[in-house]
Amino acid sequence: MTYSFLLLIRTLGMLISLLLGIAFLVLAERKVMASMQRRRGPDVVGLFGVLQPLADGGKLILKEPVLPSSANVFLFLLAPVMTFMLGLVAWAVIPFDYGMVYSDYDAGMLYLLAISSVGVYSLIMAGWSSNSKYAFLGSLRSAAQMISYEVSLGLIVITVFLCAGSCNLTDIVLAQRALWFIIPLFPVSIMFLLSCLAETNRAPFDLPEAEAELVAGYNVEYSSMGFALFFLGEYANMILMSSLCTLLLLGGWLPVYPLGLRRLPRIPCTWFIMKVLLLLFVYIWVRAAFPRYRYDQLMSLGWTVFLPLSLAWVVLVSGALLAFDWLA
Amino acid sequence: MELAPIGFYVVISLLLSLILIGVSFLGAGSGPEKVSAYECGFDPFDDARNRFEIRFYLVSILFIIFDLEVTFFFPWAISLKWIDLFGFWSMIVFFLILTIGFFYEWRQGALDWHSSPIDRGA
Repeated sequence: MTYSFLLLIRTLGMLISLLLGIAFLVLAERKVMASMQRRRGPDVVGLFGVLQPLADGGKLILKEPVLPSSANVFLFLLAPVMTFMLGLVAWAVIPFDYGMVYSDYDAGMLYLLAISSVGVYSLIMAGWSSNSKYAFLGSLRSAAQMISYEVSLGLIVITVFLCAGSCNLTDIVLAQRALWFIIPLFPVSIMFLLSCLAETNRAPFDLPEAEAELVAGYNVEYSSMGFALFFLGEYANMILMSSLCTLLLLGGWLPVYPLGLRRLPRIPCTWFIMKVLLLLFVYIWVRAAFPRYRYDQLMSLGWTVFLPLSLAWVVLVSGALLAFDWLA
Repeated sequence: MELAPIGFYVVISLLLSLILIGVSFLGAGSGPEKVSAYECGFDPFDDARNRFEIRFYLVSILFIIFDLEVTFFFPWAISLKWIDLFGFWSMIVFFLILTIGFFYEWRQGALDWHSSPIDRGA
């Protein structure tokens, strides 16, 4: 009884903090983009616009949900629910600090890859069940883009597995105590970051959204909470991908001590959060700075550059580790 | 034992998503003009379940092949320490066969999005 009660408290704690994080990421994106374009951004609701995400959420809940007459209602409603759920569920295995993890699952990284693969289904479901041409074309594009970059993402994760000798996320971070994997795996780290951008359908790879040709991609027909759930799921995935980058390549919660500041008290999670925030800032910065890719360029980048390069890196890393007897 | 809390977590987040989408339906229903599929101001010509570009299909087939390869790599990457050179070289042989297939596809133009494979008679 006490166990399940504690579990409920832990789960709710995770979910609520995650939802708050998503809400303020949306605000941060708007604020940072505004600063980069020399605007003010939202600054009316609350002090400096801090309450803007809550106002937006309230507005979306009060909007009227439209069910298109030609849609398959069950799949149409299931798609946003699934996107949002998968965005939340993936967080169960992310360690925020040593021992600060919801479930220290040994196949944690495999669990995350499985969750991100299932994510493609909800896009296809949304596009197909809307029975609208724009939504259908948008979902085809998104799905093709996501699965193309998932292959190179998986291969890069394999090089990390080879270096760490484990697919438990805590063990992967602990394996980086001497050297963060971004240094020996620098070229694939760049590819990993770019694949994350493509995987979350973010700029400059936000073709599914291409507002000039496809209006808004697979979620044109959604309004009210259906739209909000897609939106929140997408941002949850953004934070998830940044944390994944941090855990796999940037040493997770492991600290850096410049200028001999080693005597400062160590607050749990601080380093992890700072690295994640840095990556999220890069996400937003990229969106403000780069124009959108063309679809054929996007696909050929994924299949003819990232895939062969990451395949070669798997062979190179495994060969080097075996030859020099460096296997963990 | 680590999976039990994950299962619990999945159930709670499913409930949360269902509650959120359910809440929006508490309001009034929508009028007849809004429920037709969106098509830039006019009534939709026909059903959206139409023919689509074959290359999307090709990409998903290629994805299945490479994702299987990646899945096959996972246990190998974790256990490379114990399977030694024999394990390493057997994987490299498998890998070479797949790479040959990959370059064949590339030459055939399956990865080329400029022109359709059918145009070039491939």
